[in-house]
Amino acid sequence: MSKPLLEIKNLHVWFKVFGGILKVLDGVNFTVRSGEKVGLVGEAGCGKTTTMKAIMRLLSMPPAIIPKGEILFKGKDILRMNRAELQQIRKEKISMIFQDPTAALNPVFTIGTQIQDAVRFSERSGRKMKKDEIKARAMQVLKEVSIPDQGRVLQNYPIQLSGGMRQRVCISMALVSASELIIGDEPGTSLDVTIKDQILRLLKELAKKHNTSIILISHALGTVKNMTDKVYVMYAGAMVELAKTKDLFAHPLHPYSQGLLASIPRLTGGGIGEGIDGHIPEYINPPKGCRFHPRCKQAMPICKDKKPPFFKISENHEVACFLFQNFGGDCIDK
Amino acid sequence: MANKMQKKSPTQEGLSRRWENIRRNWYKFSRNSLSIIGLVVICIILFFTIFAPFVSPYPESAGKFINFYEASQPPSLTHLCGTDAFGRDILTRIFFGCRYSLMMGATVLLLIVPVGVVLGLIAGYYRDSWLDIVIMRITDIFIAVPPLILALAVCSVLTPSIFNAMLAISIAWWPWYTRLVYEIASSLKDEFFVQSAEVIGANKMHILFREILLNCLSPILTKMSLDMGWVILIGSSLSFVGLGAQPPTPDLGSMVADGSKYLPDQWWISVFPAFAIMLIVLGFNLFGDGIRDTLGVERG
Amino acid sequence: MGKTIKFIAKRLVFSVFVLVGLSMLIFIIARVMPGNPARMALGARAPKWAVERLREEMHLNEPLYVQYYYWAKGALHGNFGISLITRRSVANDIKEFFPASLELALYAGIFMGIIGIVLGTISGWYANTWVDNLVRVISYMGIITPSFVFAIFFVLIFSYVLEILPVMGRLTPGVVPPPSITGIITFDALITGRFNVFFDALKHLLLPAISLAMGPLSQEARITRSSLVDNVQKDYIASERSCGIPERTIMFKYLLKPSLIPTITIYGLDFAAILGNAFLVELIFNWPGLSRYGMNAMLQKDLNAITAVVLVLGLVFIIANIVVDLTVGYLDPRIGLGTERNGE
Repeated sequence: MSKPLLEIKNLHVWFKVFGGILKVLDGVNFTVRSGEKVGLVGEAGCGKTTTMKAIMRLLSMPPAIIPKGEILFKGKDILRMNRAELQQIRKEKISMIFQDPTAALNPVFTIGTQIQDAVRFSERSGRKMKKDEIKARAMQVLKEVSIPDQGRVLQNYPIQLSGGMRQRVCISMALVSASELIIGDEPGTSLDVTIKDQILRLLKELAKKHNTSIILISHALGTVKNMTDKVYVMYAGAMVELAKTKDLFAHPLHPYSQGLLASIPRLTGGGIGEGIDGHIPEYINPPKGCRFHPRCKQAMPICKDKKPPFFKISENHEVACFLFQNFGGDCIDK
Repeated sequence: MANKMQKKSPTQEGLSRRWENIRRNWYKFSRNSLSIIGLVVICIILFFTIFAPFVSPYPESAGKFINFYEASQPPSLTHLCGTDAFGRDILTRIFFGCRYSLMMGATVLLLIVPVGVVLGLIAGYYRDSWLDIVIMRITDIFIAVPPLILALAVCSVLTPSIFNAMLAISIAWWPWYTRLVYEIASSLKDEFFVQSAEVIGANKMHILFREILLNCLSPILTKMSLDMGWVILIGSSLSFVGLGAQPPTPDLGSMVADGSKYLPDQWWISVFPAFAIMLIVLGFNLFGDGIRDTLGVERG
Repeated sequence: MGKTIKFIAKRLVFSVFVLVGLSMLIFIIARVMPGNPARMALGARAPKWAVERLREEMHLNEPLYVQYYYWAKGALHGNFGISLITRRSVANDIKEFFPASLELALYAGIFMGIIGIVLGTISGWYANTWVDNLVRVISYMGIITPSFVFAIFFVLIFSYVLEILPVMGRLTPGVVPPPSITGIITFDALITGRFNVFFDALKHLLLPAISLAMGPLSQEARITRSSLVDNVQKDYIASERSCGIPERTIMFKYLLKPSLIPTITIYGLDFAAILGNAFLVELIFNWPGLSRYGMNAMLQKDLNAITAVVLVLGLVFIIANIVVDLTVGYLDPRIGLGTERNGE
């Protein structure tokens, strides 16, 4: 098995707020291999974006605190990198596509200025590029994301573009500065469904073409199903299940994953499924032990006390649930 | 959706939520030490102002009083801020002067806020109608000149007195509230919650005052807290040139002006009233900033 | 370019309307006062028939709208009446005193803009460090202190105690002013090459301009700072960082430009504070400007002068606002571009 490209180990992220400390991420483990497309699903507020921002060190450090954990990119811990190394990662290796393309583009600068700056500062060898080189590369990258009339778009301001175009621009900027990993935080969520579909397909093609790994975050299971090789299910600040996409959808094991999949309405009829009773816990006072236990119909006494580690069910399927503690095999994490 | 047992009546729910809101806002407010300092400063000023006749060392100094034996004394243990050319105790006059300043600020705001806000609500809600045009054009005319100039102009044609100064400042200041509320009201007018209220047939007063006004409360409250300081500042600028309270009524601005003749030798006559003005403005500014941060009003 | 011209034209037309309304307002206010302007002009000893005669001439016995009609007719021809104090035409008085105020306001405005923005930017970049806290405390002091207090304070320190700066008038007595081209001494001195006059004038400008600028400057600094602190958390900054754009570029370019928009927007109001407080500062520094002239007019109920001064100051303010709006429109493409869209 190849060495993982990105490995998050036991990441804890806390936020200091009025009234106490929000213990949002509670020992997150997450692995991405080269060329893999990994999905991350979970409901709103479970910590997906926080995890991703932590990878790129985009969290504002007060109020965020990282008391424990490592984020290893090709073996080196991002959290302990100095400025220069971090800069190199950001400009060459990893990039992020934000959820809301309108908020992710600076409203007072033209698209051209922003993309060209991304191009100029992503130059690998560190030499200074010439103006027409930069412009040519900018136009090329816009073409790759299927934006017509690139010359005019370069002169436009974000407000003059439609939502879909803005999203494509964001993707193009990510392409420029990411050769190894692109993190997509719910790309296309704020857009029309048909546009969203186009965007996702585009992402898939580009990843294949440049052999880039993708982390795709979504709260919509359907999105993840078609786009990814394996999926993590996240709940209240920790991963609860990891499986090959096909396997997860066929045999969800964690009670939460089962609940999630059961709540998708089926087009083939059969009515609307039932939801999961309860709501996500408050991070100021999270439940002890397994954070899902208050809502879990199959909770056992041990669930209230101890946090379940990942139990390996099969080669690519792991669950963090005491229901499976007797399945043998290695128990991963912590 | 699962049905929950109703433990409290809806009114009780509403009230307890409001109380919870107030407590949360207070917590937010109190986290910022500067806001607390502002509040403390205001409370101290209020205390000395309200109880001026009782706590001031020489209450006679606030009126017609002459004592040449003690005139022009520098600050000492008997007169903490010294005495002026007539022998009046400056600290006492500052306390009484603050009275007039605070009264001026409160009165002006009490006058202009209802008028300005109501006009703004009407103009905003009936946006693009003749009501809007008339009200906002009149507002534009008043805003065309810097407020101090307008206040000066109005003040100068009337007999100088505190009341006329208040009137002048009111005339100059009201349009800012109208404009503030107009911008919010006109943008809210198309929002769904307003439209649904209209569709239900809610009467206009309800829409204006419950629906729209509630959304303007935070900026209005913030502005009022900050304005208190500014109005007092303008008031003291007016009385600096002699257009406010007339002698022998103590007024902070005119005290600074009177004292300026004796600078730099008898510096205390001007300096202490000036500090008093600054302290009042500081208190209300810090307090107003705290209100702004607590209620989450957008900046700029 | 065409859009800009249209915008300016629209605003100017609007301003004319506003100025007319303003003149009516001031007219009404000025005429409402008790007392007899004719009597005040001629003095308490003048015979009654003289006062009556003057009243006839000033149309004071006629209804308000007739009085306004006479005034407006004159105003359109540049005749704003005679000043009761100086006994000259108000228009001449304005021509004489306006450049001094303009010069003062200009320097105060420039000082306020530059220093305010620089301070605010430094404060914002180093948010929550000692630099930031120091600047914040200083700007607070600036905000709460009235201009006249600054003026008196500066007079004390720099003239009495340190004796390094002058506090009276625009030039040291004995210095010959340069030929009046614009009326603005510093410009005229530069144009005609009289550098010693230029420096003398500058010395005299320093204290009054700074007194006027301190309050608004502090406002600008505060707004700039809070704007920077707010914007640094925005998604687009995170997005630019994640694209590998270096921190320096982000700070100087991508953060600064959007943050300056609220600052420039407030500039108009702060400029109003300068124009307003000019009254007091001109008084204290004995600056022969329009505001001091207007001040005297107001204290002595010189109606024609009051009306004219308010209108002139109103016009200056309106022009300043147009300039501010144009600048904001240039900085922020969201204004005026909202309707054009590129399709999907």
